[in-house]
Amino acid sequence: MAELDDIDTRVLDLLKSKIGREREIAMDSNVVEDTGLDSVSVMDFVMELEDEFDISVPLDEIAEVRTVSDLAGVVRRLTAAGASV
Amino acid sequence: MGIKNRAAAMQSAYSALKALGRDPTSLQFDRIVSPTEALLGNKPIMLFGTNNYLGLTFDEACVEATVAAAREHGVGTTGSRIANGTYELHRALEQEIAQFYDKRATILYSTGFLANLGVISGLADKGDHLLIDADSHASIYDACKMSDGETIRFRHNNPDDLAKRLARFEGTPGDKIIVVEGIYSMLGDSAPLAEIAAVKREAGPNVYLLVDEAHSLGVMGETGRGKCQEAGVEDDCDYIVGTFSKSVGTTGGFCVSNVEEFEALRAYSRPYMFTASMTPPTVATARAAFQRMAEAPELRERLWQNCHRLYAGMAKMGYRLGPEVSPVVAPQLPDPQTAVTLWNMLIDAGLYTNIAIPPATPNALSLLRVSVSAGHDDGQVSAALEIFAEAGKELGLLKPGNIAA
Repeated sequence: MAELDDIDTRVLDLLKSKIGREREIAMDSNVVEDTGLDSVSVMDFVMELEDEFDISVPLDEIAEVRTVSDLAGVVRRLTAAGASV
Repeated sequence: MGIKNRAAAMQSAYSALKALGRDPTSLQFDRIVSPTEALLGNKPIMLFGTNNYLGLTFDEACVEATVAAAREHGVGTTGSRIANGTYELHRALEQEIAQFYDKRATILYSTGFLANLGVISGLADKGDHLLIDADSHASIYDACKMSDGETIRFRHNNPDDLAKRLARFEGTPGDKIIVVEGIYSMLGDSAPLAEIAAVKREAGPNVYLLVDEAHSLGVMGETGRGKCQEAGVEDDCDYIVGTFSKSVGTTGGFCVSNVEEFEALRAYSRPYMFTASMTPPTVATARAAFQRMAEAPELRERLWQNCHRLYAGMAKMGYRLGPEVSPVVAPQLPDPQTAVTLWNMLIDAGLYTNIAIPPATPNALSLLRVSVSAGHDDGQVSAALEIFAEAGKELGLLKPGNIAA
């Protein structure tokens, strides 16, 4: 579980530094509605996650994401998939 | 979700912008007088927002060929080439474009949007990967959505970032297809194609490069083939997509390629198979326009003279523009409201440009898109510069000291 928490924390911290301090966000925040980011900015943020975790996140996966927790879930799955190759 | 909710959300997003003057989404020209002039009501307006880079829409040879084709072959094909048959005209245009590019084969599509949709979605199968520039056109994004392959974005015009993302796929089966544009339509910047081609070559044999030359065909390169020609990397560009709706002056699109299996797309590219083919008049316009491009290289020279003059003039006034001189000159404005206000002021003064605001723009930029044409004369460029200077001053965008003509 500790490793999973680490991914959650890193995704959340990166997103917080992207949107600035004016908005409070948590794991259940919506990545568009609660962050003030538009859809393009969310895709740009995903490029940062790809570099942070050294993974490739396909666009169709992002389309399914609603919350920060969903996004961390995608990162977790792709990180695990990469580690098992 | 819900039809009513979606419409209401759009309405609320745009109502504030509409309140600043005209409705930017439904401006109507009451008459088009020439490639560079129109009437709004009875009021003449200069057109600097057309993508009519070579000014061919009223070219005599193009008009005559178009009218003659309508009389001789009819005004439409009323069906797709797969279901309803190919006309000799389609084949002739495909061969002429292949010759123009010195490539093996061309496939025509009914628009440039459909060419991207059909080719990109058709090329990438399950297990393949599309690596697209982050600032790609909507047709490229939609093509990726339609494709069975997976799509990864790389940072705009950044070959190192592309290389890094390609490296993550090392050892992964499937083809990798890099998708870039010759000139990007929002800021007018062009792709560093020599560097991107080098990244592609180093990445191995199952990596392909597709270049969309929508805004660079007829505009760049020694014979007008586009950015691939200018960068000297045409052999590395496996698929070149283009449109007839900009420098060529009509509608329609194409892809040209040396790849042996390329023409198989005709049998499974749905935007090729399930829509009516290019009409005889549009094919005839395109054929005449390619001929005019070859006969009249001075059109390209004239275009670039105008680009340099407009770009330099606006930069000197203090407008913040895209990074390079281009047929798209894009002043960056502080917010969408300012962009729409300036757009309205320019129209009041007799100058038509395009609004580009988020989410259609990269990095949430608010822009006006000013497109330059070989058809603009010196007087029109001077007048456009004067109007931009006056309006910019009035809006407080420019410091008075900068506006020396």
